[in-house]
Amino acid sequence: MHELSIAESILKAVRKELASRPGARPIRVGLRIGELAAVDVDSLSFCFEAILKGTEWETLQLDARVCPQRRICKDCGHEFAVVEYNATCPMCASTGTRVTSGDELDFDYLEIETDGTPAIEVQGVE
Amino acid sequence: MERLPLKSKVLSENQIIAESLRTRFREHGVLCLNLISSPGSGKTALLERTLASLDPATRVCVLTGDIQTDNDARRLAQYGFPVQQITTGGTCHLDGRMIEKHLALWNLDEIDLLFIENVGNLVCPSSYDLGEASKIVLLSVTEGEDKPLKYPSIFFKSDLFLLTKIDLLPYVPFNAETAEANARLVHPGMEIVRASSTAEGGLDAWLAWLKRRMAQAQSQVFASAEQ
Repeated sequence: MHELSIAESILKAVRKELASRPGARPIRVGLRIGELAAVDVDSLSFCFEAILKGTEWETLQLDARVCPQRRICKDCGHEFAVVEYNATCPMCASTGTRVTSGDELDFDYLEIETDGTPAIEVQGVE
Repeated sequence: MERLPLKSKVLSENQIIAESLRTRFREHGVLCLNLISSPGSGKTALLERTLASLDPATRVCVLTGDIQTDNDARRLAQYGFPVQQITTGGTCHLDGRMIEKHLALWNLDEIDLLFIENVGNLVCPSSYDLGEASKIVLLSVTEGEDKPLKYPSIFFKSDLFLLTKIDLLPYVPFNAETAEANARLVHPGMEIVRASSTAEGGLDAWLAWLKRRMAQAQSQVFASAEQ
């Protein structure tokens, strides 16, 4: 159940992003969650709703896209989607493969509605 | 409506702390190992036997995490090495900030080996980088051979798989080869060591692994000092 901590990290990041946009209201936040990230999307959505309840961002939606694991073979260069966590190359049967996606826990986008107030420059924020 | 692309990682705050810890460990020649398993797989017993086997001159410290109680810290403190309990009060994993806070009490120049015993949980700790050189996953023979397939994330992210309680193999329907093959399916080339914390010589392979990794960590410090 670390999904609650993750939900809090998401809100923190949205707040940081909006610090430079005083007239903006967040509508939807997009995430990419790899199947190796050990994050349960249903549980995350539940936690996200729970911590937003009764706040000004109650309607903020979470769009979590699960990214399947993909690997590339170091021997034959074949890139493939991993089925049932089997990391063996389906072309040449080599076990020398490395992950190209599927372990991410990344932000993708933030959709906002603005009232026309221009964004301000914030110094020192990444 | 406007869509802003976001590039950062969700746990970027933890990641920043973890990277700063990793740099500090490297600079001070500290080998930091993060032990992860289900509750009851034998993390504390392994650490007890390991501490008892180490040369008393080894500069080793232990941070041990639990949701409640300082039982593990009391068990581990008997061996004469510095130990701190991290009580998370409900949180199912340790994070970088907890490690940073507890390390503030120790001088990294006086540590060669730092064990972090994570909260017993095979899922959540895998998402939190603690700045360790390696994660180590423990699985005991009283669990199931298919655990690497059911919990692939931690087997994927760990450098070493310690199969524990192998002294019980004659009494349980557990096929060690199947468990190891499952781990290598998820993580090709994964290092695997079998261990018993109760049998005579049951930790020899693990202690040899540890010695090799400590020597590597030290040689990296010398290499960077010469540059």
